[in-house]
Amino acid sequence: MTSDTSKKIRTLIVDDEDLARQVLREFLSAHPEIEIVAECANGFEAVKCATELEPDLLFLDIQMPKLDGFEVLELIGANRAVVFVTAYDAFAIRAFEVHAVDYLLKPIGAERFNAALERAKERLSGKLHTAPLPAMELAASARPPSQYLDRIPVRDGPSVFIIPVAKLDYAEAQDDYVALASSGKKHLKQQTISSLEAALDPSRFLRIHRSYIVNLERVVKIEPFGKDTHVAVLAGGTQLPVSRAGHARLRAFLDP
Amino acid sequence: MHPILAQLRRLLLYLLGWIPLAGMLTYLLAVPGGLSWLEATTVAFVLCLLYAFVCLAAWYPCQATPLEQSGLSRFLFTHVAGALVASGLWLVAARILGRMLASLDDYRGIDTRLTKDFPLLFATGVLLYLLAVGFHYVLLAVEASREAEARVMQASVLAREAELRALKAQVNPHFLFNSLNSISALTTSDAPKAREMCILLGDFLRRTLGLGEKAAIPLEEEISLIHAFLAVEKIRYGARLQMEEKIDPEALDAQVPPLLLQPLVENAVGHGIANLVEGGWIRLSAERRDGELSIVVENLFDPEAPPRRKSGVGLANVRQRLEARYGNRAKFATSVDGSCFRVAISLPAESKERVP
Repeated sequence: MTSDTSKKIRTLIVDDEDLARQVLREFLSAHPEIEIVAECANGFEAVKCATELEPDLLFLDIQMPKLDGFEVLELIGANRAVVFVTAYDAFAIRAFEVHAVDYLLKPIGAERFNAALERAKERLSGKLHTAPLPAMELAASARPPSQYLDRIPVRDGPSVFIIPVAKLDYAEAQDDYVALASSGKKHLKQQTISSLEAALDPSRFLRIHRSYIVNLERVVKIEPFGKDTHVAVLAGGTQLPVSRAGHARLRAFLDP
Repeated sequence: MHPILAQLRRLLLYLLGWIPLAGMLTYLLAVPGGLSWLEATTVAFVLCLLYAFVCLAAWYPCQATPLEQSGLSRFLFTHVAGALVASGLWLVAARILGRMLASLDDYRGIDTRLTKDFPLLFATGVLLYLLAVGFHYVLLAVEASREAEARVMQASVLAREAELRALKAQVNPHFLFNSLNSISALTTSDAPKAREMCILLGDFLRRTLGLGEKAAIPLEEEISLIHAFLAVEKIRYGARLQMEEKIDPEALDAQVPPLLLQPLVENAVGHGIANLVEGGWIRLSAERRDGELSIVVENLFDPEAPPRRKSGVGLANVRQRLEARYGNRAKFATSVDGSCFRVAISLPAESKERVP
């Protein structure tokens, strides 16, 4: 056996409070197999570090500036072990729904911390055998049903954009991604159009086609197109195809 | 809705009260009025039943002319005019009744005999209406005192709830758990600081516990409570948390409900500073002018911050407490200006001397 540094568990600590990071650092220092690759104090930094440094394990606070812990996880994907660390117990169910390894409550005890670390190691050693679940799908489905998205975080490499849903013109399905059109630009996000549809307020966004969701406020008019289909014309002139079912839904919405 | 018409039981009691009045009217119509006892009884009871309802209408002019706020001339004019109209209507009713009765054998000729009694009836009508006006003012006063009582009750219930919530707020994850986690971090890295934080936390908790029994405290005490709270939060947030104060020295002895401002400051930290990477300021200003105490809490916040739980509950609670305690003498307003959130409240400035 060689003590190869590449076998160390690359770990990222994310918490906006210096003292909270300090506790984690101290507990981790007792484990030589852990290598702390970075510490981040907000959601944007966390996504950047996670993208660039590709850590195996994250200790992730939930309430932080810029992005909350769930949004960070949604953007970086679930191919890593995540342990949530928070003072709230109210997020526990949601945390396990997005397949967090563990959920630590502040103030954290060393014993409880070590148990979480053990679970993380188990998850990491079994990582190759279990197909990782797409975290973004789970994050969307774990949202409380009464609460629709009011912003969509999008990652472009290590940087993050926030699209407020009011500024989303339409979304277009592209294989495993959705293209989110906002203010004349398109942002790609790894998500299915159906899970996006489920997360958006149905009184403001409508699925008009297998591949399109439109912001109803942007629709200027609907014109016939070909034999059985229509196009929706948006403010700014963009034309989107409307399927027959989509047209029925649109009609039902526009003249109730 | 008229308080007497609102309940059948009240209406029946009210009508019962008219029976002796009808009896007196019978006497007046029979003895000085010259009707037979049968005629007098029939006419008096029918007319009183009608007039009982006419007099209920006095409620509306009474409500529109509150005793303390209306001038004497307006007061007299309203009610005398009301009495004349009501009594006039009554005479019309008496005339119709007389005509109808006159067609019956037992009452032949009553219409002419009754017409002679019209001056007497009119005077009685005016007096009865004025009596009804007096009665309605008593009703209004009773209602007002009942409302005031209900408001006092509600205020004490809300204050107790707020107190419970405030006490809970110190045992909630937001503050206590995070503070304990900070202490836990400091125990190995900076033991004296850990001890300091324990003492600050204990100091803050002890102050809030003592406040439960008090209805009001001087603003100075509330501000020192906020200092104790911020001293703990400053250890957690470090340089990210800055506090600015502009307190009018004359405002310091004004009485405020305990824990009125602390939730606002806690809100400013939790929803404002905690979401800012570089942190920011909280600004507290208080001013006393023309018997009014104005307090403003402002803080920077990130308009694009991730949505937080329980946003606005603390604010709603403060607003309700002010409303319950001061009614429309207190104001509460929130506003957003760019990335600055502002809560402005004003309440009557009362000093300790008047409260035993």
